[in-house]
Amino acid sequence: MENIDALFHGFSVLMTWYNLGMMMIGLILGVIIGVLPGLGGPNGVAILLPLTFGMSPTSAIIMLSCIYWGSLFAGAITSILFNIPGEPSSVATTFDGYPMAQQGRAGEALTASFTGSFVGALAGVLLITFLAPMVSKFALRFGPAEFFAVFLLTFCSFVGTDRKAPFKTIISMMLGFGLAEIGMDTISGQLRMTFGMSGLLRGIDFLVVVIGLFGIGEILVSMEEGLAFEGKTGKINLKVVFQTWKKLPKYWLTLIRSVLIGCWMGVTPGGATAASFMGYGVAQRFSPRGSKFGTGELEGVIAPETAAHGAGTSALLPMLALGIPGSATAAVLLGGLMIWGLEPGPLLFVEHKDFVWGLIASMYLGNIVGLIFVMSTVPFFAAVLRIRFAIIAPIIIVLCAIGAYSVHNAMLDIWYMVLFGAIGYVLKKLEYPLAPLVLALVLGDRMEDAFRQAMLGPGTGLHVFWSNWLVGTITTLALLMLVWPLIPFVWRLARRVSSRNRKLAEKTS
Amino acid sequence: MEQNQTPEDPPHGGFTYSIVDALTAAVVFILGVVMMTDNYRIGAGWGSGGPQPGYFPFHIGAILCIAAVFVFAKALFGKQRNHVVFVTWDRFRLVLVVLLPTIVYVFAIQLVGIYVASAVFIAGFMRLLGKTSWWKTVVVSVGVSVVLFWMFEIWFMVPLPKGPLEALFGY
Repeated sequence: MENIDALFHGFSVLMTWYNLGMMMIGLILGVIIGVLPGLGGPNGVAILLPLTFGMSPTSAIIMLSCIYWGSLFAGAITSILFNIPGEPSSVATTFDGYPMAQQGRAGEALTASFTGSFVGALAGVLLITFLAPMVSKFALRFGPAEFFAVFLLTFCSFVGTDRKAPFKTIISMMLGFGLAEIGMDTISGQLRMTFGMSGLLRGIDFLVVVIGLFGIGEILVSMEEGLAFEGKTGKINLKVVFQTWKKLPKYWLTLIRSVLIGCWMGVTPGGATAASFMGYGVAQRFSPRGSKFGTGELEGVIAPETAAHGAGTSALLPMLALGIPGSATAAVLLGGLMIWGLEPGPLLFVEHKDFVWGLIASMYLGNIVGLIFVMSTVPFFAAVLRIRFAIIAPIIIVLCAIGAYSVHNAMLDIWYMVLFGAIGYVLKKLEYPLAPLVLALVLGDRMEDAFRQAMLGPGTGLHVFWSNWLVGTITTLALLMLVWPLIPFVWRLARRVSSRNRKLAEKTS
Repeated sequence: MEQNQTPEDPPHGGFTYSIVDALTAAVVFILGVVMMTDNYRIGAGWGSGGPQPGYFPFHIGAILCIAAVFVFAKALFGKQRNHVVFVTWDRFRLVLVVLLPTIVYVFAIQLVGIYVASAVFIAGFMRLLGKTSWWKTVVVSVGVSVVLFWMFEIWFMVPLPKGPLEALFGY
């Protein structure tokens, strides 16, 4: 198959000392960035992009994509050990990862998450290697209506899988959407909900909200325990690694499911964050251990991490093949491509073989090296986290402030961060799920744009969401997920009513 | 959407969980109403070319209000009403011990730049809360600020707010 030939050619491009060096630097930087709150994948890549203009595009993109890898792997470290997600795509990892750490099973959680990430990413790279031309043809079928239906499905599964407090989930989601709506409407140019304040013109950035809610908010909540906020010790020794690896094949179904979700969400612009939530939500719904999710269930760590990495990797597929970024980081990388004068699309594969296949080869190698690197440096990070809280807390707050500021170079964002920290404190204590808020905030604009683009022109209405088999299936699935928890309730009600009628009939007969 | 709320100041024993839950739901309800009115103003119906700009946010506000009513009702009249105190004063005091200095810190960033403010912030925490020795305090706080300065100003070239001290050095 010619793709395999091209892949070997790519490896030969990769195997120069310079490019390998770039790969290692990228991985190391990526891990550092992934661990620091607020400097996640898209941010880190965006900051470092200008530094790479002096290099050849191939070397540059190898380094940048390895930064992305490193940060994806590392985001889980602080999620598990600290309950502070290193970046949005590792938010879902905190749900079960941190409880596991609290139970002293941090090593297990870390191994599971890294391995899940490895599997997800590997699947993504394989997908790219073999399916690049085919997928681009299918993705062309996705119009705005189909995109909206996919988003709808994601959100409805969230509401459908929250058995405790669906209304708080809905509020969380709607708050996220509302926040996303602030600012200028891209389609009509109208200013929405700015209340005459110029500071609100560009809206509120989700990165800032995440740093506030999850960084500052978490510190505030932990403070109640007194200065006992300690990162849980994360020892990874070889024994724990092998023990966990032995357990993993039990979860083969979860792995496959998450891989599929991840690759799907990456290729159709859903992004790693949405993929991680969806992976978690779907696993929770379909797993026999679903009710134990949130208490430290290994599956609850595998599912989101595999999906997130699968998505993060396969997001590069539409970016390379079509010029459609499947995630925020892919969007930044796309910007880099264009600055280097490389036009994404089928021509890229023909005219710039070195670049494309060098990149793809680096993804394989980077994945393996990244896994080993990350697993061996966790003790280093674990030692760091055992420093006294009085020292670590202010440093984290400082880093959060830097992270918040560096998004838009705006002082106002640091204030937002504090505000959302306080809000996060209250919401967390009242058991409002914060994940739907973040998801809605990230996807709100795109979801609304998809909706309105689907509705452009006269004679369209809601019926457009059932206009062809693809969008109809997705929409129906979405509505089904929404009412799923109600079904047993309605069923019981119906049976009670019918048995009461029967008893009444028996009495009067 | 504005929320000018800071965590409630419990006067004496503190509010119960249910009351805070209900209060938050009430705030959410008000937010929903605000959203609905502001978006009604710019048009929330179906125009000739499709939904008007206010369509989406208006309905989001509506859903917010409905959901808030449910949460409010459940908090006040539900079966599992929680009478535990939301947060006792001594625990809340600890939260304020972090929150208030942070607010002061953010103010300070605007005045003296982030590096100096951070050094003072970290030093303050270490000294006053951690009771660390002067020597360690100074080394860590200044050291961290210098490392951050090198990382962001020189290496990453990300401009962060600076103050008069950096200006002296020509930055």
